[in-house]
Amino acid sequence: MTTPLVRMERLSVRYGANTVLDHVDFAIEPGEIVTVVGPNGSGKSTLLRAVIGGITPSAGRVTRGAGLRIGYVPQKLVLDSTLPMTVGRFLSLPRRASDARTRDALDRAGVPGLQARQMAALSGGQFQRVLLARALLVQPDLLILDEATAGLDQPGAAAFYRRIEEVRSETGCAVLMVSHDLHVVMSASDRVICLNGHICCEGTPQVVAEAPVYRALFGEGTQGTLALYQHHHDHDHEAHSHKTPEDAH
Amino acid sequence: MTRAALAGVGTALAAAPLGCFVVWRRMAYFGDATAHAAILGVALSLALSLPVFVGAVIIALVMAAAVTLLTGRGYAMDTLLGVMAHSALAFGLVAVSFLSGVRIDLMAYLFGDILSVSRIDLAVIWGGALVVVALVAWRWSALLTATLNPDLARASGIAPQREQLVLTVALAVVVAVAIKVVGVLLITAMLIIPAATARPFARTPETMAIIATILAMIAAWGGLQASYQFDTPTGPTIVCVVAAMFAVSSLFDGVRRAG
Repeated sequence: MTTPLVRMERLSVRYGANTVLDHVDFAIEPGEIVTVVGPNGSGKSTLLRAVIGGITPSAGRVTRGAGLRIGYVPQKLVLDSTLPMTVGRFLSLPRRASDARTRDALDRAGVPGLQARQMAALSGGQFQRVLLARALLVQPDLLILDEATAGLDQPGAAAFYRRIEEVRSETGCAVLMVSHDLHVVMSASDRVICLNGHICCEGTPQVVAEAPVYRALFGEGTQGTLALYQHHHDHDHEAHSHKTPEDAH
Repeated sequence: MTRAALAGVGTALAAAPLGCFVVWRRMAYFGDATAHAAILGVALSLALSLPVFVGAVIIALVMAAAVTLLTGRGYAMDTLLGVMAHSALAFGLVAVSFLSGVRIDLMAYLFGDILSVSRIDLAVIWGGALVVVALVAWRWSALLTATLNPDLARASGIAPQREQLVLTVALAVVVAVAIKVVGVLLITAMLIIPAATARPFARTPETMAIIATILAMIAAWGGLQASYQFDTPTGPTIVCVVAAMFAVSSLFDGVRRAG
């Protein structure tokens, strides 16, 4: 058993009278892809923030490995239109990155040669990949993605997560992500955590998708998720017959 | 005349780079609140026989701290800042009227009185300007990252609250420095107009800050000359020059976008 990159023990986070996270025990090992799913307001983003160190827990503790390098891809980055910013300059924030490393990071993220472009002129998909490139520049042990595909269409999101899997196998970094694209994300994960203030259930994507709590939380969507998941992994061609053609690619 | 020119250029140097952050972070109202509160600081200084600079910095900091504390307590930011800015100004004006013992030229504090700048004032202006420029240059990358996204900053080991504090302190110093030159009512103009004017010509944050600083310095000098020529109040004349620059820049930007 390796030492986990991050470990949370009985973590609770409260905002006033509102308990967002309640006794969460969680750890992420080097090299694994973990996805956190849960309804809106279930504390997913709070959990990620606690990992980054952006939140002081009300109880419990968060332990980070010594010298842990975190690459963070935020949910949304709104660049004020008054702020001029080239991709190259953005990648050097806050620490200067050499041209060679900048080029390499953009290649890895799947958007080569964008250095001189203005951030504001990028498409949604390019923008998210530039954010990914920036996160990869620190050579992270742990890559954290908070709803990183929120603005992308489904093929765009699927391509983005394929890229994440490739990055993981190239660099060996662990990945912790939150997403609404349940089926796409679950099929790319080693482990899924179903969160609703506390951890409802966790395990392999299949175990979670079949868990009654998960079905209760996601209702109708569950059928589709399960169907497509099986489509990817079991080639069960009957289960997804009610899906739209674009889902069943 | 030389002193006045140096005072104007020094204020421009302090205000313009910081003004870029005020624009990027949409803090224009915050700047207004801090600046308007300074008139209360002026009254306090005169009552206690302190240097005006000291009172203005202290009250500007108190104002900034009050706004930061009250943020997120039920009022929208612009409402809160509107309340604070105008109340501070009103209380400041009333406080000044209580100081019956001293004869005060209120207009000098509201709109500046650059021609009465003393050697000591000049030293304070340039000292303050250098402190602000050094502070902003030192924290530049961290400030930019925190401006983009607080969580992005945290993941890079930057505390966004600390960077906010750096900006607040710098803003308080700029306000105190600029009172003599443009007065409390027009300080925000020297912060945001050069930055907004520089925007169409810049491709990176750094070039925007440099262009804004150069434009602000030219405006300070040009405004001073014009005020001599036309016998107009200097502070407002400087702001008129910078506003004219903004108009030209916007026109240029509009033509370029259309073409």
